Amino acid sequence: MENEHVKKIMHVMRHAPHGTIYSYEGLEMILIMAAYEQDLSVVFIGDGVYAIKKNQDTAGIGIKGFAKTFMALDGYDVEKLYVDRVSLDERGLSEEDLLVDVEVLDSSEIGALMNEQDVIIHH
Amino acid sequence: MLHTINKSPFSSDSFDTCIRFLQPGDPVLFIEDGVYAVQSGNRFSSAVGGMLHSNPVYALKPDLDARGVSGLTDGVETIDYDGFVDLVEAHQVNSWL
Amino acid sequence: MKIGILLKEGPYNHQAADTAYRFVEAAIRKGHTVDAVFLYNDGVNNVTKMMDPPQDDRHIAARWDQLHKARGVEILACIAASKRRGICDEVLIEGGEITGLGTLTDIAIRNDRLLTFGD
Repeated sequence: MENEHVKKIMHVMRHAPHGTIYSYEGLEMILIMAAYEQDLSVVFIGDGVYAIKKNQDTAGIGIKGFAKTFMALDGYDVEKLYVDRVSLDERGLSEEDLLVDVEVLDSSEIGALMNEQDVIIHH
Repeated sequence: MLHTINKSPFSSDSFDTCIRFLQPGDPVLFIEDGVYAVQSGNRFSSAVGGMLHSNPVYALKPDLDARGVSGLTDGVETIDYDGFVDLVEAHQVNSWL
Repeated sequence: MKIGILLKEGPYNHQAADTAYRFVEAAIRKGHTVDAVFLYNDGVNNVTKMMDPPQDDRHIAARWDQLHKARGVEILACIAASKRRGICDEVLIEGGEITGLGTLTDIAIRNDRLLTFGD
């Protein structure tokens, strides 16, 4: 059902985790927004893809890990998770290296999705 | 969709990344350190020139002035904060932080 | 047009707070409505009245305070981000308020634009 009050809000994850807080606080924002029944999507671009890389162990740096929390997004009905193919390739990563079930898209597909949005927030 | 870029292209990949997702016709506005991209004769001039074939390109004049950037790549338009507001009124915004 | 602002970077360290302020000024001058400035990440440091810059510099917290008092723009700091950084009611400017991320979601929903400034 089409609801005119539902906004399309895209979160663009651009930062690697741990080195800065942007990815973690971005995730906190997404989790809250998920409760508001808007049309949310999350796109991982550039170093943002490292946030959902497998085998992160943060015990040694004394910072709480949060990669697994991205897996919980599905339970909050945030199902539109996209990864930029070029960003994966550039980093020598593939879908198998990622913790979360995502859809890998080309730049043009992500660009087209961006143009459908009411709000885009980079983290 | 209005794209804003606020990082120097020499220190950040925001410029290159934004270009990949840019759709034809979408305006691009350089602000803050982003304005270093539009000085003519730099490493990014040809990329900015290429962008201009399909997209209008703007730079925020107060940021250019503050940094002593002049001699812009041909076709780049300068605007002030009022012009920034006008672009935002005409388009949704994608701020490439 | 109704505009919400998301400011993700602290004062002085980055130009974001200045650009956001200039943009808001211009938007209001042109007859648009600026609903709220929501502070996130280190952006919450914009609203501590404890900041004390040299007299010949702009006072960023006072400027936001004034924007609220003169123009009714809500100046809102995210509670989770604030708690991490020691921003609380005791240090908050009069015109500021500490609130949750749900408020940011409402701002995104009720405005024509949500514009982000940050690093």
